[in-house]
Amino acid sequence: MVATNFYLILGAIIFAIGAVGVLSRRNALIIFMCVEMMLNSVNLTLIALSRQWNNLNGQMFVFVIMAVAAAEVAVGLAVLVSHFHHTKTANIDDINVLKW
Amino acid sequence: MFDVAWLLFALPAVGALVILLLGTRLPFKVVGWTASAAVMATFGVAAALYFGLLALPVDQRSVTIVYWQWMTIGNFQVPAAILIDPLSVLMALVVTGVGALIHIYSIGYMAHEERYQRYFFYLNFFILAMLTLVMSNNFLGMFVGWEGVGLASYLLIGFWFDRRDDMYGWYADAGKKAFIVNRIGDFGMLVAMFLIWSSLGTLVFTDLGEAVHGLAPAAATTICLLLLLGAAGKSAQIPLYVWLPDAMAGPTPVSALIHAATMVTAGVYMIVRTNALWHMSETAMLTAAWIGALTSLFAASIALVQTDLKKILAYSTVSQLGYMVMAVGLGAFGPAMFHLTAHAFFKALLFLAAGSVMHATSGVLDIRRLGGLRKKMPATYWTFAIGAAALAGIIPFSGFFSKDALLVAALEKNLAIYLVEIVAALLTAFYSFRAFFVTFHGRPRDEQLYAHVHESPQIMTIPLWILAALSVVAGLLNLPFILTLDKWLAPVVGAHEKINITIELLGILISIIISFFGLLMAWALYVRRESWPQRLARPFRFLQPMLENKWYIDEVYNMAIVGPLKAAAGWFARFFDPKIIDGAVNAVGEVAIDSGEAVRKLQNGAVPTYAFSIFLGVVAVVLYFVFAH
Amino acid sequence: MDFAMIFFILVGALSVGAAVGVVTAKVAVHSALFLLTHFVTLAILYITLDAQFLGAAQVIVYAGGIVILILFVLMLVGSENLDTRAGYRSWVPYAGLGLGAVLVAALGFAMLQTPLNPPVLPANLGGIPPVVGVYLYSQGILLVELVAVLLLVALLGALLLARRNPQEQDEGRGR
Repeated sequence: MVATNFYLILGAIIFAIGAVGVLSRRNALIIFMCVEMMLNSVNLTLIALSRQWNNLNGQMFVFVIMAVAAAEVAVGLAVLVSHFHHTKTANIDDINVLKW
Repeated sequence: MFDVAWLLFALPAVGALVILLLGTRLPFKVVGWTASAAVMATFGVAAALYFGLLALPVDQRSVTIVYWQWMTIGNFQVPAAILIDPLSVLMALVVTGVGALIHIYSIGYMAHEERYQRYFFYLNFFILAMLTLVMSNNFLGMFVGWEGVGLASYLLIGFWFDRRDDMYGWYADAGKKAFIVNRIGDFGMLVAMFLIWSSLGTLVFTDLGEAVHGLAPAAATTICLLLLLGAAGKSAQIPLYVWLPDAMAGPTPVSALIHAATMVTAGVYMIVRTNALWHMSETAMLTAAWIGALTSLFAASIALVQTDLKKILAYSTVSQLGYMVMAVGLGAFGPAMFHLTAHAFFKALLFLAAGSVMHATSGVLDIRRLGGLRKKMPATYWTFAIGAAALAGIIPFSGFFSKDALLVAALEKNLAIYLVEIVAALLTAFYSFRAFFVTFHGRPRDEQLYAHVHESPQIMTIPLWILAALSVVAGLLNLPFILTLDKWLAPVVGAHEKINITIELLGILISIIISFFGLLMAWALYVRRESWPQRLARPFRFLQPMLENKWYIDEVYNMAIVGPLKAAAGWFARFFDPKIIDGAVNAVGEVAIDSGEAVRKLQNGAVPTYAFSIFLGVVAVVLYFVFAH
Repeated sequence: MDFAMIFFILVGALSVGAAVGVVTAKVAVHSALFLLTHFVTLAILYITLDAQFLGAAQVIVYAGGIVILILFVLMLVGSENLDTRAGYRSWVPYAGLGLGAVLVAALGFAMLQTPLNPPVLPANLGGIPPVVGVYLYSQGILLVELVAVLLLVALLGALLLARRNPQEQDEGRGR
């Protein structure tokens, strides 16, 4: 039996790596992947705690998060593709009309 | 009988509304006669109330009709109620009677005026406000009317707001002057009302009589002096009389109705109405008496040298109002109301006759350009003569009896005031006949003008004749020793004090001599061109430039009050408002703009920086929960 | 150190390495492949946590669905090197790295303060499919309905967004 603490620390590490990826990469698709990683780190945490407290609700949360992630990927990629049609770029630095 | 009292207000209101809503679609005659009919019907209502009162026993002649509770704030209650008593009915009769005649006269006088609907609307509105003033049974209702007539006066003085000439400047400015000077008086009225409420606990006139017994003398003096300030504003007394001469910028029937017969007497009416208060303060009454006496002398002296017919009449109005205020100050309330009534007749007559002259000369009223109008305008000539004789106090015209009643009261109570008033009476007789002789006798001074002069149409001369007849016979209202009017008013102002018969006869004799002497001087100087009056006047020559410049009062007011106020206002407008007030407001805006400019750099559209902000927040929250919680 | 711990360290290290690979890979397709590895390692970890159903779902939804979708889009958009650095926000990655370190340190510190040892459960009470299924369709029924609606809306949204504007299509034809 591995203590829950280790799972939680692993989740934290993955979350931090994902966050750093979101902040440092330019390619919108890679940022997307990093966001997925962050979501998964939370999933890991929830499942570990679900076992810890012997409560299936944690797994239900993960179930919902997976559905949301799937929906998010579908919509997000659609936005990206649609935007790409207009600007021929997926570089996040060139997508900066969202201001003022 | 008293059930119809509401028609007093309904009729002029309906007249005004009809003209307001339909006036532009109706021909001139219809509008004029609608307004006149409304006022004539109102006169009928007032007469009905008079007969209603007459039918009651003397001690029950005070009927209050409460229509509804106007306002109730805590224990502060004001009813919307009218008081029908001898005083208010007298005023209502004068207002509607003279008002109706002047309405009819206006149909002729304003025939060529473009804005006649507006004129008649204002006039009906004035009647409504004036009736509110005189009929209301409490201070607040009276104040509503007080302000209403002030508004009507302002609107009508500035009726030709787009005109300007050398005498009045912009006519609209004359209206503004009247309005602003009246505000000073209204300030006194308002503060007096507050004090009355706080010290007596009632604003109802009929309750004053009982309530004043507990009043401290100092409080009574303060209240009465504040009321006097209000009366001085409305009735054009020193120091607030300056607006009335300028008010002559309005159409002449307006001068007759508002600025001679009715509105300006509101101050006198108000003092008579509140006589219970005045009995409590000797000081305030003496002050009122002296202010009235000095005003009458002062204004009469200015009227001596005026060359504009309406200005002469304006100053004589100020002077006659001074007589009335003097009389109420001496406690002679009955005689004051008598003079008020007689004055309403003969001064309205004089103004309307002057208006008739103006009508004939297309607006020229400078008596140095007139002369010899007697032959061309016989009706105007004779009616003006009757008016001038009444004003001068020639026996047996109404002015003689009414003024004599005041003078006798003064002779009995205060010799100093009596002497002042005798001089003023002499001046009055002189200037009224000066105006008369110069205008109507002698040879025409301006032939070209004279050639076009014509008598006014009948619609104007008939009101003149009616008013002339009233001016002649109004003395019968209150003949010495018979005192019909005094007895009529006794329930309101108390019984007439018995005057020593020797003093009474002496006073009458002096009045007759003085008035005839004034007449004689004017006749000698302006008709016969004899030199003795000039010799008589030589010691007073040094006064002439002072008089011609109206004692420099306007200039002094300009320098002492208007100038500093304008300078202060200018400073506020040029510096304080744009720099401090606007500065503060703009500074708030600029802080918002500048901080927005600074902060909007954060909103640069680059999504990673937004993500960074979120991440920063996440780390901060985590740190809080790990270490601080 | 027992077998389970050694297994956890191996899989966890692989998972972290794959995550670092996603962030650092120069070519986007490599990132996607690292992501696939990462997801699979996570699925294994789920199974060690007695969440067998979610482990399977992880492989199906993430590894089998999302990564494939991302790869499709990568091919559509083109996987040319997009990491041309723009100078004005060059500080963000470093600041992010610092913040990530702070976050891991803080959370690690908190985790080590209170050791959590899971209870030992009978084998059939974990996240095996029959248990999860019964739970989902009894207490979690509303959840399932909502997820269904969410997915439907997302489907329609994606359809709407990815579709070309009909007017543009007309213009294209006209040209």
